[in-house]
Amino acid sequence: MPSAYDATPSGAVPIWERLLLGATGSTLLASLALIFLWVPTDVNLGVVQRVFYFHVPLAWTAFLAFGIVFVASIAYLWKGSERWDSLAYASAEIGVVLGALMLATGSIWARPVWGVWWTWSPRLTTSLILWLIYLGYLLLRAYAPKGPQGARFGAVLGIIGFLDVPIVYLSVQWWRDLHPGQVIGPQAEPGALEGPMVVTLLVSLLAFTLLFASLLAFRYRLRRLEDGLERMRYARA
Amino acid sequence: MRSALTALWGIIWKDLLLEVRSKELVLPLLVFVLALVVLFSFAFEARPALVPLVAPGVLWSALTFLGTLGFVRLFSLEREQGGLEGLLTCPVPRSLIYAGKLLAGVLFLVGVEVVLLPIFSALFNLPFLLPRLWLATFLATLGFCAVGVVFSAMAVHTRAREVLLPVLFFPVALPAIIAGLATTSAILKNEPETAGRWLSLTLAFDILYLVVGGALFDYILGE
Repeated sequence: MPSAYDATPSGAVPIWERLLLGATGSTLLASLALIFLWVPTDVNLGVVQRVFYFHVPLAWTAFLAFGIVFVASIAYLWKGSERWDSLAYASAEIGVVLGALMLATGSIWARPVWGVWWTWSPRLTTSLILWLIYLGYLLLRAYAPKGPQGARFGAVLGIIGFLDVPIVYLSVQWWRDLHPGQVIGPQAEPGALEGPMVVTLLVSLLAFTLLFASLLAFRYRLRRLEDGLERMRYARA
Repeated sequence: MRSALTALWGIIWKDLLLEVRSKELVLPLLVFVLALVVLFSFAFEARPALVPLVAPGVLWSALTFLGTLGFVRLFSLEREQGGLEGLLTCPVPRSLIYAGKLLAGVLFLVGVEVVLLPIFSALFNLPFLLPRLWLATFLATLGFCAVGVVFSAMAVHTRAREVLLPVLFFPVALPAIIAGLATTSAILKNEPETAGRWLSLTLAFDILYLVVGGALFDYILGE
């Protein structure tokens, strides 16, 4: 496979990454200003409702990250190019961090709204399981052999793990039907959002998506450099 | 077709023969799973009135651990004497190797379960012959074996495999375990309709896991 010997990228930060970073920084600042200074406090839930503007974008970017692992894993097994594997790995690493923050902010949000830190509703359970699977992905990559074999293992887990998500969701949902009485949960969502809240949420979503894109670009480039270094070391030995 | 069946049987036979001669899997696993059932019945406080609530959890926690330990062994058999290289050089399609190892794994686990289920029924004062309970257990075992074999083949090449395997296996196999658990629970609560629904769901999960596992197994073995 000639693609396994892709040219090693140089260490310089390309111009588009600098631009992306600038856009991320300014949008993040703008969204922070909107969240803490501009948007009105929720009448019923109070100040804690503001964590919502972090929680929703974190959940979206975490799921986006795991989706990218899935697509890149398929592409890796199909095309065999190391680039896809680097993308999958970079995305998984960032996804696990975003997922951890998603679970933490979700708990902070659940406590005042539902009165509990955690409930085993299908959505929450599925998010936790998905996060665990990708935590397992990082462990697998750390303990599996380096090179194409480890990459293939990761790709297989990246695909199985993501395909598992809808099945976990359905089985947990049906399992809960067996045990009525657990009505607290995302089904009891508060009513429609008001105008400024929608604007703030949208800006925050954009900011976190840009942040994710920047982190992904950086981590991907770093991963390519690491692989290049590994290859050089291997060639010298 | 015939030669494929011969090859498939060859792979299964090899594992069975190894087991008959070494006795390193089924017997220790059986003792292990019995010890687990005893431990769990204390952990979950299995008073007679609580049996329909507690027994399914005891059974399925034990079966999950049983599967994990079985999968750790299933491919390390191949590693120790370089058997994997032998398997890979066999002129058979990779999907047959998957099917062979899968069926061998299912046979080992079902072998344990055939002895476990009557003992379990006795310990919890359940009727001995609950055909649906047996069917549910075997079907769910097939489902989690379909993923377990994939991770077993993966873990044999990794460090810390005894720990890594359950870490990967539990979250992914959860739907199969939930399905087995829910069927058992519905049977013990005497809700045949719910049990039937979960039984067909278990079958659906089995098919899905078999298709995905079979398709991806090829990539684990590599060139």
